[in-house]
Amino acid sequence: MPITINDTPHDLPDDPRVSLLDFLRSHAGLTGTKKGCDHGQCGACTVLVNGVRINSCLSLAVTHDGDEVTTIEGLGSPVSPSEMQQAFLRHDGFQCGYCTPGQICSATAMLKEIAAGWPSDATDDLEASPKLTGEEIRERMSGNLCRCGAYANIVAAIRDVAGENA
Amino acid sequence: MRPFDYQRAERLEHAAQLAADDDTMALAGGTNLIDLMKLQVETPQTLVDIGRLSLGEIADEGDGLRIGALASNTATAAHARVRSDYPVLARAILAGATQQLRNKATTGGNLCQRTRCYYFTNIDQPCNKREPGTGCGAIDGIAKLHAVLGTSPHCIATYPGDMAVALAALDATVEIAGDSHERSVPVREFHRLPGDTPERDNVLEAGEIITSVTLPAPVGGTQIYRKVRERSSYAFALCSVAAVIDMADNRFTRADLAFGGLAHKPWHDPRIADLLVGSEPSPALFDKAADLLLEDARGYGENDFKIPLARRTLTAVLCEATGVEA
Ligand SMILES: Cc1cc2nc3c(=O)[nH]c(=O)nc-3n(C[C@H](O)[C@H](O)[C@H](O)COP(=O)(O)OP(=O)(O)OC[C@H]3O[C@@H](n4cnc5c(N)ncnc54)[C@H](O)[C@@H]3O)c2cc1C
Ligand code: SF4
Ligand code: FES
Ligand code: FES
Repeated sequence: MPITINDTPHDLPDDPRVSLLDFLRSHAGLTGTKKGCDHGQCGACTVLVNGVRINSCLSLAVTHDGDEVTTIEGLGSPVSPSEMQQAFLRHDGFQCGYCTPGQICSATAMLKEIAAGWPSDATDDLEASPKLTGEEIRERMSGNLCRCGAYANIVAAIRDVAGENA
Repeated sequence: MRPFDYQRAERLEHAAQLAADDDTMALAGGTNLIDLMKLQVETPQTLVDIGRLSLGEIADEGDGLRIGALASNTATAAHARVRSDYPVLARAILAGATQQLRNKATTGGNLCQRTRCYYFTNIDQPCNKREPGTGCGAIDGIAKLHAVLGTSPHCIATYPGDMAVALAALDATVEIAGDSHERSVPVREFHRLPGDTPERDNVLEAGEIITSVTLPAPVGGTQIYRKVRERSSYAFALCSVAAVIDMADNRFTRADLAFGGLAHKPWHDPRIADLLVGSEPSPALFDKAADLLLEDARGYGENDFKIPLARRTLTAVLCEATGVEA
């Protein structure tokens, strides 16, 4: 079975060493997803696989047959940006922009995780639904580093999309 | 990354047969193995992808709970029964790595994750664990993350994980299957001390696959996971304590403790529960517990701080659980 990326099917690579990240960038021509560390430490390569965010650098493309991958290009486009993409623009949630695709993919998935009730290290009461506090957002986004230190504006953009209760 | 042959296991027996070969490794979430393959620390000739086996279920097992080897760390930490009945496990998992990594990381892979020793992960350095007989770079080198308990002259590495520390406090069991056998090993005995064979992290034999971890019936009590690290999120433990503590009439009735970041395995010393259970909590008693824990501790320079840190972390956890002021 092929891998589906942003609704388009692609054949998997012959070489099993190709990471999902390299596959997206070099084989599928989708260079929005960035390579920072290539070792799971920075989050620049974050994409959604079947709706769940992962580090694409630590996953082999061949393991993803039948999976649906969404990258930054699949979330929205310059003509019709997603809500999160618009919020990052509105709040200056970036400077150089290198970490931004990963931040936006991560943030988009994170709001769904909170809605699904997944706890985090910042959740006080494990048995209650997690709240969308600033502390929760920072903890849940800790896998996305930003060398430019745009963190304050990133949190503001996410709070904006999350709405009232943030 | 060195070239390798990729095989997808369709059945558990198939995976076990393939994994019986010394040059074959099982691939689960890949968050540790692929990282180490990029560094050429791991150079399997064959990868057997077990990711599609049906080992992901989390289900009641009598009054206890069975967590499949392929359940993601996220699924385990978010499971309603883990949150209500085994909160120390949810806390330990959530204190580790990042959401992206936990979404991919699995129970089996987490248990088998390898040390974060900088000599182990750098193939230009000597390391008895990576290449037996080459010596231990850390013992006279950079050893900040390293062990203070149960070390050997051959290796002073720590087991880096959080989840297994909570599993040790909860006295969980690792369920293992081979091509034609099954066996159960208590988590407390799953990881080993380095001795003169530091290349072996745990008791898994070639061809054995972890199928699940089972938790005994819930015991309640106060459950705490306290992790001390160099920043408040997203870092490995310098020292951690998992505690399941219960009291009646101001005396301990249960004090199951396990420690991370101190040894080549989650450290469990049954003498600590023997000392505490039946006694009234007090700073003097907590001191004695720490004395027992650290009786044979030895630092290697850079990690000397872990000995007083372990004492303070243990004391803080016991104070928090009992309401005693230090
Ligand atoms: C940046 C970063 C930060 C991290 N921080 C933390 C942290 O703070 N705390 C923490 O605890 N962990 C941390 N981790 C480690 C992470 O938890 C592990 O990488 C993960 O749990 C491994 O699971 P996996 O399924 O991806 O394993 P894999 O990478 O697929 O496998 C790891 C090992 O386990 C073996 N294996 C896997 N499944 C089985 C099985 N069923 N039976 C037998 N053998 C098996 C594999 O052969 C391999 O040797 C961090 C990792 C990264 C990259
Ligand atoms: S401590 Fe162990 S893992 Fe680290 S260099 Fe020494 S032998 Fe290798
Ligand atoms: S490039 Fe994948 S986490 Fe840094
Ligand atoms: S905007 Fe430059 S790294 Fe985040």
